[in-house]
Amino acid sequence: MDSTVVNEHIDHAVEDHAHEHHGNFITNYIFSTDHKIIAKQYLITGIFWAIIGGGMSMIFRLQLGFPEATMEWLRPLLGDWITSTGKLDPEFYLALVTMHGTIMVFFVLTAGLSGTFSNYLIPLQIGARDMASGFMNMLSYWFFFVSSVVMFISIFIETGPASGGWVIYPPLSALPQAISGSGLGMTLWLVSIALFIVSTLLGGINYITTIINLRTKGMSFTKLPLTIWSFFFTATIGLLSFPVLLGAALLLIFDRSFGTSFYLSEIYIAGEALPNMGGSPILFQHLFWFLGHPEVYIVIMPAFGITSEIISTNSRKPIFGYKAMIISLLGITVLSFVVWAHHMFVSGMNPFLGSIFMLLTLIIAIPSAVKVFNYLTTLWKGNIIFTPAMLFSIGLVSFFISGGLTGLFVGNSAVDIQLHDTYFIVAHFHLVMGSAAFFGMIAGVYHWFPKMFGRMMDNKLGYIHFWLSFVGIYMVFFPMHYIGIAGFPRRYYSFTNFDAFSTFVDLNAFVSIAALITFAAQFIFLFNFFYSIYRGKKAPENPWNSNTLEWTTPRNPGHGNWPGEIPTVYRWPYDYSKPGAKEDFIPQNIPFSKTPESNLPHEVKEIEKEKAVEKA
Amino acid sequence: MVDQNIHIGEPKATLSMHPKKFALWLFIVSIVMLFAALTSAYIVKQADGNWLSFELPKIFILSTAIIMISSLTMHLSYLAAKRDSLGRIKWLLFITVVLGFLFLLTQYMSWSELVKENVFFVSNYASGSFIYIFTGVHGLHLISGIIFLLITFGKSLKAEVHSKNLVLIEMCMTYWHFLGGLWLYLYVFLLFNL
Repeated sequence: MDSTVVNEHIDHAVEDHAHEHHGNFITNYIFSTDHKIIAKQYLITGIFWAIIGGGMSMIFRLQLGFPEATMEWLRPLLGDWITSTGKLDPEFYLALVTMHGTIMVFFVLTAGLSGTFSNYLIPLQIGARDMASGFMNMLSYWFFFVSSVVMFISIFIETGPASGGWVIYPPLSALPQAISGSGLGMTLWLVSIALFIVSTLLGGINYITTIINLRTKGMSFTKLPLTIWSFFFTATIGLLSFPVLLGAALLLIFDRSFGTSFYLSEIYIAGEALPNMGGSPILFQHLFWFLGHPEVYIVIMPAFGITSEIISTNSRKPIFGYKAMIISLLGITVLSFVVWAHHMFVSGMNPFLGSIFMLLTLIIAIPSAVKVFNYLTTLWKGNIIFTPAMLFSIGLVSFFISGGLTGLFVGNSAVDIQLHDTYFIVAHFHLVMGSAAFFGMIAGVYHWFPKMFGRMMDNKLGYIHFWLSFVGIYMVFFPMHYIGIAGFPRRYYSFTNFDAFSTFVDLNAFVSIAALITFAAQFIFLFNFFYSIYRGKKAPENPWNSNTLEWTTPRNPGHGNWPGEIPTVYRWPYDYSKPGAKEDFIPQNIPFSKTPESNLPHEVKEIEKEKAVEKA
Repeated sequence: MVDQNIHIGEPKATLSMHPKKFALWLFIVSIVMLFAALTSAYIVKQADGNWLSFELPKIFILSTAIIMISSLTMHLSYLAAKRDSLGRIKWLLFITVVLGFLFLLTQYMSWSELVKENVFFVSNYASGSFIYIFTGVHGLHLISGIIFLLITFGKSLKAEVHSKNLVLIEMCMTYWHFLGGLWLYLYVFLLFNL
């Protein structure tokens, strides 16, 4: 029964497309179940959050870089968060840091990156009409939307948004007496993240089901583009780790609002003894980081996949070590679940446990290095075409190397005693996971923009955007390593209170100016993005001469993606510059029988199978 | 897939599982992770000290029996659907729903029993609070299972559940067995770890 129903559905989809898809504005563009529209919704929401999250970092960078300057001019925007002396309110500074982290990690680099590209590329690259469940997909976006609205509202309430750091460690986050942000702001944070988890699970279940069950004829696992592999592993990590965060948040909610003592032990606050006894704040850290660490791979792995695809296409070379790439993704996936306690080396955890987690953490260097090596060897002697997407992909590799190297320092439990919670950590993760994933996302937008909107983005603006961002990001985060090695702690409102750090006044001002330039450069991208949607040059069907299936669709793929039958896949996606071939690329849907000039000996056998097909 | 131009030598149906069933299994995986987190939090907390030991409510034996029987009736209903005995499907599903509500009732009664033992949800001993969390969160999922059962029951009233239309009842059965198994795990876990 199953297969007949599925077949009917597919046939309908074909017919549907023959006469244009009907529906009104609301069903087509707002409550749409089409994966391409949902992807664009994720992208636009992600961009919206990126502007807010980035803007927040500008405000606290001003505070750090120019602690003596007046912030009076921000009063129209921030109101009473500017104190009567024209300074930024210290508690609001903490709120800004917290919201910057939350927004960037969850809303921009998880929903905006994974949500956009998993939704857009999975059906197009595996050859499916849509996701396994369009309705669930729509639900996933709207849960994310509601979660966004709740978080957005929390920014504007009187007591301010959550301010205990994006890791929301209790007791700080559990006690409203501790900091004003731990009142209503924290409650809204928890509600928002609970909704976000539901959204991620709905999305992830859909991604995995689609990849496993809806591949087109011939699309075996060994012919899948690396983008799909990375989305697959990303969704798996999310499915396994987000429920744990839900559990942690649940216990925190009961501690906050019902009076249980899971995380709260004997506490005196403002001269008053709390009734709670015997709770364990470290328990929360264990639960949180069991999600929190895999989360950084949820952020970076889609960017890896996008980069693999773009680097191979624009080097006009097959990806080096296709299987090694998959195995290293798998290795990262497995290891991501057994390293969480390296965030807790100085939390009072058993030092013996610390040494085990140190060992496991350093093992992650191996699959990571394999990936970097393969990117570099793919570039090696390629006919490199420097499109903006390619530049951003190479930028990702660069950030991943320079940020990854410092990972070896901080992953070491002894060295971490000095570096923990300093700007060294800030520099490390902003390079290796923040900027790298951000570059992956931008690269993806430049590369798939012609498919998404049927028009090209402007290359010159892309180059300017790239160089300002690339140089700017290094100017921001490289100096931070020095500030961190000197021992300056992150999240502090003002470093000028300590004489030991006054030598860093100039450096901090430099970092802030660089950050402002980098942020400003993103508006070049925004202009390019929105201008090109309406006024860009019309895109050809396959502008990058790429092999994957999405480029076999019409310029503006309609509902159902392919007007006729879904193409069959005969070969892997990386047949670039194959010796003997007429052109330097052979798309996945070209059978071997049509390319006798370039077939390798083992591929000749494939032709016989194709012949048998034609007889049948 | 059934059309004539099947390409020999190529993987045809990639995985012979229904996408919705597959999605249900993935959903089950995420619930497993939630309870894995909660029960491991329990163990970590226990090792931390400040632990109150007490007797598990006796009524848990009854509730365990009820949910086991409900799994049986669910399964019988599925077998009935396979043999197209439409009347039995309805009755057995109905009994399963009733047993589901009975289970929720006994779980609620276990809370009163705990209170009589002076084990409260809001206390300084996490051991007590955890039992309420386990039963409560499991109960929430069980309510979702009952809703699923009611949907299947509604379809069976319209004679839409039969041997040629088994997907719904199969998924319902998978979920219900899982929820029963989950409770069994929690019960055994508590028996050994209190």
